[in-house]
Amino acid sequence: MAVSNDASESKAGELKAAPGAQGATGTKLSALFAGTMGPLIGLALLCLALTLTTDTFLTVRNILNVLDQITVLGIMAIGMTLVILIGGIDLSVGSVLALAAMVMGFVAHPDYLNLGLAAGVIAGLVVAGLCGLVSGLLVTVTRLPPFIATLAMMSVARGLANMITDGSQIVGFPDWFTNLSIIRHFGFLSVTVGLMMVLAIIFAIFLNYRATGRSLYAIGGSAEVARLSGIPVKSLTNWVYAICGVLAGLAGIVLAARLDSVQPSSGLGYELDTIAAVVIGGASLSGGVGSIGGTAVGVLIIGVLRNGLNLLGVSPFIQQVVIGVVIALAVATDTWRRRAQ
Amino acid sequence: MSTAPRHSESPHNGLFVNGLCKSYGPVQVLADASFEVRPGEVVALLGENGAGKSTVSNIIAGSIRPDAGTIIWRGKPYSPASPAAAIDAGVGMIHQELKLLPDLSVAENVYVGRLPMRGGRIDRAEMNAKASAQLKRLGLDVSPERKVRTLRIAAQQQVEIAKALTLNAELLIFDEPTAALGGEETELLFQQIRKLKAEGMSFIYISHRLDEIAQIADRVVVMRDGRIVARHERSDIPVRTVVEQMVGRSVERMFPHLSPPREETLLEVENLSSPERSFNNVSFTVKAGEILGIAGLIGAGRTELVRAIAGADPISSGSVRVAGKPVHLSGPAAAIKAGVVLVPEDRKAQGVVLDQTIGENLAFGNFDHVAPKGWVFPKAVQKFAEAGIARLGVKGKPGQAVSKLSGGNQQKVIIAKWVSRPPKVFILDEPTRGIDVGARAAIYDVIADLARSGMAVVVVSSDLEEVLGLSHRVLVLSRGRQRGILDRSDASNVAVMELATS
Repeated sequence: MAVSNDASESKAGELKAAPGAQGATGTKLSALFAGTMGPLIGLALLCLALTLTTDTFLTVRNILNVLDQITVLGIMAIGMTLVILIGGIDLSVGSVLALAAMVMGFVAHPDYLNLGLAAGVIAGLVVAGLCGLVSGLLVTVTRLPPFIATLAMMSVARGLANMITDGSQIVGFPDWFTNLSIIRHFGFLSVTVGLMMVLAIIFAIFLNYRATGRSLYAIGGSAEVARLSGIPVKSLTNWVYAICGVLAGLAGIVLAARLDSVQPSSGLGYELDTIAAVVIGGASLSGGVGSIGGTAVGVLIIGVLRNGLNLLGVSPFIQQVVIGVVIALAVATDTWRRRAQ
Repeated sequence: MSTAPRHSESPHNGLFVNGLCKSYGPVQVLADASFEVRPGEVVALLGENGAGKSTVSNIIAGSIRPDAGTIIWRGKPYSPASPAAAIDAGVGMIHQELKLLPDLSVAENVYVGRLPMRGGRIDRAEMNAKASAQLKRLGLDVSPERKVRTLRIAAQQQVEIAKALTLNAELLIFDEPTAALGGEETELLFQQIRKLKAEGMSFIYISHRLDEIAQIADRVVVMRDGRIVARHERSDIPVRTVVEQMVGRSVERMFPHLSPPREETLLEVENLSSPERSFNNVSFTVKAGEILGIAGLIGAGRTELVRAIAGADPISSGSVRVAGKPVHLSGPAAAIKAGVVLVPEDRKAQGVVLDQTIGENLAFGNFDHVAPKGWVFPKAVQKFAEAGIARLGVKGKPGQAVSKLSGGNQQKVIIAKWVSRPPKVFILDEPTRGIDVGARAAIYDVIADLARSGMAVVVVSSDLEEVLGLSHRVLVLSRGRQRGILDRSDASNVAVMELATS
């Protein structure tokens, strides 16, 4: 993470201090989930209900399935958490996901450039990061509202994704690539799920214990206060959108590994799922409030809910209704609780 | 003083407030409040924040319902259930934060909710003509078709007053009407109040500014902790008496003793100009240990000047040197690094992140101290915050949200944020705006201490008494131009105002 502008910090310094940070996280797990008690209780109740109503929910196999199913959403939600924390929004993540995947396929696949998968992944991530950076610059330099800037990017990235192959999908990647999401190391952990967890931990530490991470809370609380406090608001904002883009691209690559194909129409509507997960996790759309711990709970609630409704045989149409109701309930109870305090 | 209202003996057609009480849970915010307002009279309601002034006014204006007590208005029992009911009964309130629709026209704002109709359509001609007449009555020369957003704050306030007049208000409650007004605008407002008073209208006037009260009020009611503690039958009461009644203890001295400045010059500002010409060719120096006051009317360019020196706004020409070294004012970060810090004008929007804790707020801007290698640990923040809290005597704990603090304590948090660096130049813009009279003295002590510790201090204030009481020298701005720098011995009310209005 090269988010910090602090030139004095060294890689060695980070490595040395990191165990300390994790120690603090371990001793104060409550701090990581601070302000997310509501969603956490909701998740526990949901799991309890599904355990009681189905035979299959509380099985190792099903839990691992849920984790597999939430990797794409989870990785995107990390980036969205940063964006929402600084009081922004990123509607382009679904399109950027598709664009990154298409770029990867185009660069890597034998039918197209055939430059190898590594080159494809890097190209996909770079393009996704550039999309995010452009959104950031539209917000900081052109002073467009984030909603509009990323709405524009949503359309542009989707169009570009379609242009690469004129709308057709690219199928078939090397086995080792698709195995990343299939083979469960140590009997339970696929590389993609591990990647999501590592990212979540890194960003949780970043937001809780790095000066730059804390600065994002200042920006979201009040950009003017942050600026007058000497925090480089504009450059951090650009970085946050760029990182959100990169993570959306990474989610696209994970999706490609899961599906063994890339298509320009993938990720449609994912931006809304992602925003929903972050908001269910207790983040405030006006900025300054939110955490990776909360977002993890939000992602799990959506994942468990989908999984559970499938196990119960509920039709996909009703699932949509239920998820909508859950979003409204989660945010409403949070609002009531705050008012009660 | 302290004559209770005698309704039975001297009945009049005005307002009698009798024994109003209001509690929120266990907290009694208003206890047995009784006073009267006669027709054609201005009654000033004085008190610190939280004294109950707003509660009492909001009850009269219908937005809060009392737990006990009665109100008689124009000879009849009066208990408005809503602001609309109060307006119907001829009682209007002009809130401190104006309640206008910025993108509608002046006339639409005046008549919103009861637009004159003809044949199912809004009769714009009639509406504009009527609004125009009301504005003329107030001596205001703006087009009724202009959007409210484009008006100055003072003019917007006039629109609110015009609105109240068209509602046939006979009692108007003003909550801190002059907080955002300059001297001339305040004078205009007073003229209007006098005129309307002569027409028989009554006023309840809430303000912190004692000099204004003396000018405009007929009688004064002083509140403290939800109770009425004094009633004065005239308004030219000695300031100290009123302040003592407001804070409930004797105020020994308002302003701290100033130590003489040192020899070393810390801040040199040379020919500084802003791109928008809000200030032009300003030059001054401040020594270590010296407090320079900056006085001027609203719009004179004071805030713009100090913001530029703190790197918050760009400059077009000129230079700033701190301790002899030129500062490249590329932004607040650069200024802070050079040792120039600013306590901004608008505490809530620019000074603190309200929803976050004291500890967090102190850490923002001090990550280079709190997090030497970029790692921020809660314990380090806690320790840093406790030191800041202790040094400035903030009434709060590191984990407490800043929004729960009083204005004075919030201001101390902002000062605490900077004080430990330590800065070389400390700039405070309106350091006591919206802060209780009792808490102001504490802020003054802090400012004097900053100077005593060897910083160069710059204080901008609209409160002339504050500038004069607190500064070694006073720089006066008028319309962006530097009119002069007065030594403490030469700086009087009159001398400063002469320069400020030149």
